[in-house]
Amino acid sequence: MLEIITFSTLNGVLYGMVLFMLASGLTLIFSMMGVLNFAHASFYMLGAYFGFEISRRIGFWPALIVAPILVGIVGALVERFGLRRVHKFGHVPELLFTFGLAFVIEEVVQMIWGKLPVDYRVPPSLDFTAFRLFDTTYPAYKMFMLAIAIGMFVALLVVLNKTRVGLIIQASLTHPNTVAMLGHDVPTIFMAVFGAGSALAGLAGVIAGPAFVTQPAMAALLGPILFVVIVVGGLGSLGGAFAASLLIGLVQTFAVAINGSLADIFGASAADWFGDLGTVTVAQIAPIIPYFLLVLVLIIKPTGLFGTRET
Amino acid sequence: MRRALASSFIALSVAMGSAYAADTIKIAYIDPLSGGGASVGEVGLKHFQWLAEQINASGGVIGKKLEILGLDNKTNPQESLVQAQKAIDQGAHFLTQGNGSSVGAALTDFAVKNNDRNPDKQVLYLNYAAVDPVLTNDKCNFWHFRWDANSDIKMQALTNYMKDKPNIKKVYLINQDYSFGESVRTEARKMLKAKRPDVQIVGDEKHPLLKITDFAPYVAKIKASGADTVITGNWGQDIALLLKAAADAGLQVDWYTYYAGGAGGPTAIKQSNIPDRVFAIVEGVPNDEPAETQKIEQEFRTKYGTTFWYPRVYNEVYMLAQAIKDANSDEPKAVAAKLEGMKFKTFMGGEGYMRKDDHQFFQDMYIANLGPLPAGAKFDEEGTGWGWKTQGVVKAKDTELPTTCKMDRPS
Amino acid sequence: MSALGKIAPWIILAILLAVAPLVFTSGTSRTMLSIMALSIIFALSYNMLLGQTGLLSFGHAVYYGLGGFVAIHAMNTVIRNKYAIPLPVIPLIGGAAGLFFGIVFGSVSTRRAGTVFSMISLGLGELVASSALILRTFFGGEEGITTNRSRLAPFFGYKFGPQIEVYYLIACWCFVCILLMYAITRTPFGRMCNAVRENPERAEFVGYSARMVRFIAFSLAGLFAGIAGGLAALNFEIMNTQSIGAVQSGLVLLMTFVGGAGVFFGPIIGAVLITFLQITLSDVTGAWQLYFGLMFILVVMYSPGGIAGWLALHEPLYRGRQLGRLIPAYLINAVPLVVMIVGGILLIELADWILVKAETEGPGMSVFGIVMNSNSIVPWIIAIILFFGGAFALRATWPRVQDAWGVALARLREQPA
Repeated sequence: MLEIITFSTLNGVLYGMVLFMLASGLTLIFSMMGVLNFAHASFYMLGAYFGFEISRRIGFWPALIVAPILVGIVGALVERFGLRRVHKFGHVPELLFTFGLAFVIEEVVQMIWGKLPVDYRVPPSLDFTAFRLFDTTYPAYKMFMLAIAIGMFVALLVVLNKTRVGLIIQASLTHPNTVAMLGHDVPTIFMAVFGAGSALAGLAGVIAGPAFVTQPAMAALLGPILFVVIVVGGLGSLGGAFAASLLIGLVQTFAVAINGSLADIFGASAADWFGDLGTVTVAQIAPIIPYFLLVLVLIIKPTGLFGTRET
Repeated sequence: MRRALASSFIALSVAMGSAYAADTIKIAYIDPLSGGGASVGEVGLKHFQWLAEQINASGGVIGKKLEILGLDNKTNPQESLVQAQKAIDQGAHFLTQGNGSSVGAALTDFAVKNNDRNPDKQVLYLNYAAVDPVLTNDKCNFWHFRWDANSDIKMQALTNYMKDKPNIKKVYLINQDYSFGESVRTEARKMLKAKRPDVQIVGDEKHPLLKITDFAPYVAKIKASGADTVITGNWGQDIALLLKAAADAGLQVDWYTYYAGGAGGPTAIKQSNIPDRVFAIVEGVPNDEPAETQKIEQEFRTKYGTTFWYPRVYNEVYMLAQAIKDANSDEPKAVAAKLEGMKFKTFMGGEGYMRKDDHQFFQDMYIANLGPLPAGAKFDEEGTGWGWKTQGVVKAKDTELPTTCKMDRPS
Repeated sequence: MSALGKIAPWIILAILLAVAPLVFTSGTSRTMLSIMALSIIFALSYNMLLGQTGLLSFGHAVYYGLGGFVAIHAMNTVIRNKYAIPLPVIPLIGGAAGLFFGIVFGSVSTRRAGTVFSMISLGLGELVASSALILRTFFGGEEGITTNRSRLAPFFGYKFGPQIEVYYLIACWCFVCILLMYAITRTPFGRMCNAVRENPERAEFVGYSARMVRFIAFSLAGLFAGIAGGLAALNFEIMNTQSIGAVQSGLVLLMTFVGGAGVFFGPIIGAVLITFLQITLSDVTGAWQLYFGLMFILVVMYSPGGIAGWLALHEPLYRGRQLGRLIPAYLINAVPLVVMIVGGILLIELADWILVKAETEGPGMSVFGIVMNSNSIVPWIIAIILFFGGAFALRATWPRVQDAWGVALARLREQPA
């Protein structure tokens, strides 16, 4: 039991941190531009594929730097030549633009790299066992992922709280109009934030690619969960996104470890009363729990756990 | 494929008015040719096209050429019905499909209704891979024939092999949470209990279909259960990710699978570096094929760069050709009558037969594991250098299971 | 406008619905027409939310799918117990189910508009779609639920076996539903929906609860989506969980938006066009999903009002008899536009071929019936020249359209009202 708890906590925190790497960028973009970027997970996927392509040519470590930058450039271009044009039509067309973009990116990825998973591996220098606990091994690469994610979190905190750029961004979160009136070039800030957010997603993709499987459906698998995270945490709240990422990561991981069903609680007759529901175990519905949480939170507190804005 | 599509387009326009359709025998291949399922669907299509070419090169069947129409169903049952309608409009008498029992159920139902409502436009549904047992049990009908062993038959063969393995003591079941996974786990429980009452089932997991990105929590549970063997019906990314997570956690168990050989499977096994521990239940093992079949395997691999995945498609196409010859007609009813009960020397050389009671094909089944190949073996998988090695054979007779089918034959 | 002018579009619609299957007689086209007709209802019901009330839903297929499932269970019950309920009534049961779930889910999701609403609809959609796979008794698991429509009690002698009979049944429902949904937009409630879309605060000042208006609109949208689902159930005779899922929800969004959410008849155009493309495009190209995505993006970027929105722009010109002024400019622009599109398609097809197909099929391919070699550089150069040449030419000729519009609008203003 202790074994399961330890490893579920580790895995949950790791999954939560990967979620946060994406959620932070998405939250920043949303806060400043009011756009919920449906294609955000697609940038994560692009990061994984770029990482794969670069690391098989010049190695993993260069890929770790270059791939996120490339993804950031793609993101900035999308903002400059796509979103900015749509911006004047309002938020719904903006959202729909990113919706279509997610579609196109997935198709293009399928065309270039095929529909099957690509052979994106953990670099040999990190391919060893970090530690062994209760006879279960934990790969070093996952510790590395955790370190990168925490590093990014710290860097983000520093940038946002200690630098001028961070102050402007923070100001834009709450008072976008005032920031514009102070003479800052808001369109360029938008482009930079969109690019930076995409780059963060790309970084997450580069390091998550070898750990999970790099395949064309990876964006679609993660995308909806990501929305859950930022909505549950509270739209526009970075702290909320952090808390919600960890919460969802842990909840999902621990739910898998639980075997109970209504039939266990109420006895075998539960199957008669609840039909199929009686025999469903908690583990079975683990991946649905986030959506439950989402609907529940929005009904009780539409601003999310830590949010202050509604739209 | 483009050529096939182009020609099907021409056929579509021509079929509207003329009897041009009668010149070829058309088999409509209804499977995903776009989207995520396409990687599998395209390979299947190539099998059919290649076999049709072989038959046409030797003069065709009853003086006509075989023609394969590739129709994209996007793995959607409702879309499949539209595509089946297209096929009929183009003069196809035979539909073939394999990916997804949901589509299989829809098509078998479609065939019955269509043949009842439009007696002049009847079709046969030739199923090469939809394995839900119900198709040859409660939902069986005269117009459906299945060449793949259904999932119960596969479990029967698998457990027949497992029962003689004394090192199997604790078994963990992990399956996708839908009808196929459900039938795998219930049959596994039932058959293991009957054949090996001493084996302990230490876990029985169902997880959502194609939704899990990290199987680490599941692997932690398997590990904690102390299992030495895992049985899974998982396919696609669900098997690849599962094996990967298991390798990360250093889980040392034997894997008994249905679809570890599917696209991307061997690559994942090689990546996870677990040689000889992943077993699959299959109807053919490339390196143990008879010489004349290995020639086919070699030619196919050279041309398309992939394994000849579907020995059953070979069985299907050649049996269909034989039935058409025997009936001297490509009318569905006459062909179906000849297919029933037909005996056939299969791709692997053993004898197979299409059971008349339920239109289920029976053949020798093989249990093989994936690992480094012995010297002299010709065929590896997906360029990994690893290949399948036969560990056991279950004779066709021993895979037979009773059926609940009550076949309604047209008079 | 005269009474005839008001009725004329409806007569034309009825004639179109009646004549279509007599013009397109093949089995495929009749099946396709049936799907178009039920998609029209589905898309219009979606537009009650998106276009009329300003609610962007990502889970509308829930009501379509649940309506379909309840309808198909109803059909099986009727068959089993030999009730004297004929097939044409079944969609009503689907509609009732759609309404019921619309009320249940609407009561929680319409408290807020905007992004919160969208996210709840997404969450609910995922929740229902995932649960459907677990609740096997009702949803039939992977296989779904099947039925046989011709085993219900005959309706004036019709057993609805042949597709043509089913088509006319769907067409009748389609006509009635379009009429009803149009009528709703004309009621004070329909106007309040628009008010809530434009400015919920002001709507509240007038004395209406914005939340209540959203709730009613949502429930009614559920009703019509349920009817569409019921029609799908009797058309396909099978329902499975894919009809509830995100893909179906995305499809109806695509239909509505491409057709045009701002105009009542927009979704009708979208439903017909997207259904046609969905069924036929995959025969022509392996990259059809890419075309779908690009089409969507292009519409969002260049014509956010959709096809109907673009057409509607011309209405005042047509009434003021100024439309003719645009035709020369449009014709001139059509040339580079078509060249650009042809170039674009050629590029996508070449890329698709060389990346996906060439490995096994060889470099020989054909686009628009022209045979070419994807390894040779010539078709690539031609494609690039066509695409960019078209784009630059379009840039040069575009001011003509703007000028023509300017002139036409100026003339329009000069006219007495």
